[in-house]
Amino acid sequence: MKTIFALAGVTLKELYRRKDFYVLFIITILICLVMASVNIFNDEKIIRYLKEISLLLIWISALVIAITTTARQIPAERENRTLLPLLAKPLTRTQLVLGKFFGCWFACGLTLVCFYIFFGALAESREHQLPLLNYFQAAALHWFMLGIVVAISLLGSLVFAAPSSNSTICFVFVAAILTVGRHIGQVALTLPEPSRSIAYSIYYAIPHLELFDVRDLIIHDWPLIAWKYFGLAVLYALAYISAFLVAACLVFRRKAVN
Amino acid sequence: MSIILKTEKLRVEFTSSEFRQSTKVALSGLDLEVNVGEVFGFLGPNGAGKTTAINVLLGFVPPTRGAAYLFGIDVRQPIARQRIGYLPEMTYYYKFLTAEELLRFYAKIFGLSRTETDQRIDQLLKLVELEPARKRPIKSYSKGMQQRIGLAQALINNPDLLILDEPTSGLDPLGRMKVREIIQRLKNEGKTVFFSSHELGEVETICDRVAIINQGELKAVGTVAGITGQRASLEKAFLDIIGYQLQPAS
Repeated sequence: MKTIFALAGVTLKELYRRKDFYVLFIITILICLVMASVNIFNDEKIIRYLKEISLLLIWISALVIAITTTARQIPAERENRTLLPLLAKPLTRTQLVLGKFFGCWFACGLTLVCFYIFFGALAESREHQLPLLNYFQAAALHWFMLGIVVAISLLGSLVFAAPSSNSTICFVFVAAILTVGRHIGQVALTLPEPSRSIAYSIYYAIPHLELFDVRDLIIHDWPLIAWKYFGLAVLYALAYISAFLVAACLVFRRKAVN
Repeated sequence: MSIILKTEKLRVEFTSSEFRQSTKVALSGLDLEVNVGEVFGFLGPNGAGKTTAINVLLGFVPPTRGAAYLFGIDVRQPIARQRIGYLPEMTYYYKFLTAEELLRFYAKIFGLSRTETDQRIDQLLKLVELEPARKRPIKSYSKGMQQRIGLAQALINNPDLLILDEPTSGLDPLGRMKVREIIQRLKNEGKTVFFSSHELGEVETICDRVAIINQGELKAVGTVAGITGQRASLEKAFLDIIGYQLQPAS
């Protein structure tokens, strides 16, 4: 475990010493600040639209950080040849994959904490209320969703040679799930066999990331999700994270490093 | 003398993943034995299979046939790497870390205690003469300094066996001399050093025994004096062994 956290620590250090995170964070903050300062038609409820747009920005920024940070981890180690001294230590490839995963996932968590604290402060300044538990549930489910995305990108970084192709494929895959994932089941009903079975297989095999999108909890102050369902969503995320990580370990185990 | 590194009939084949698959034999029946406390030079022209052999020893590449052992343990077991240090050729260490942070990171992987790590870092930075630059990010280091920090990371666990892949490649004469001095010092401390090199002069100076491979096959193994024999230098012997004919100047 110590080894895994040592690796995760280096990944975290890399994130906060590189400029990418700060650039995205500043851009998101600036856009949110501009949005928060506008007062269209003197409508008090306009704040909900602003919150929706700001949260969408936070979702996009967090996805960009999660995918780009993870996609370059192992390819950069290969390119700079730092993978060689690392694997020459008493370290298994599984530990390396887990270290990279936790590093990227914790980095995403830190990013989310920054984003949500800023967003909360901004919303509070306009609405004079801060439903903390709603924020907690929305941010926690967001983080677990990013865990699945990080695991997918890590697997992709071992399958595809270039980080850019991996990032693009991961973006398309994640965006497709978030936008059309929930409709595949309905589309399957209208299809003849064997297309129907194929569509159903895809529907049940893909991780339904849209389940974790509970921004409405914050935007419309919806009542809290029952903790039982919150727990089930966390278990669902952990199951997919484990599946993608096992696949990544199996792919990496067979790869010659030279 | 006890054997610290051993390969048995090691064969490595690489299959091209392109449409017309072709197989390249990188190593063919390599038998090597390195004894405790010796400095062993591993020589061969470019593409001879030196780095492939090292990659097998470190578990990076699985052998197609044969086996390799470190301390009598199969190299596929991670525990076999507990008491070794490895310096790869031309590595660019984490640019965003300082020398101290880099060594601390590798020490954590070996599970060294905090006190032990602090002592070891101080000793190593002194040994590789990077003490004044310990807080500087590695991205600001020259090539020679990067090679020396590489040597320091290879020594963080106070290894009994050091595997160096062309440790002086790309260094200026001063850098080479410093690396050579460090190897000499390790030899005096009783460490076993296994290194590949093209610098036959330095091999002649510091090695107890050498092995010469060409096209994946072991051509000669023995002491420097034994291999040189009646020839003028190790370089001449090397060229003879790999079958290179010097052309007379026209």
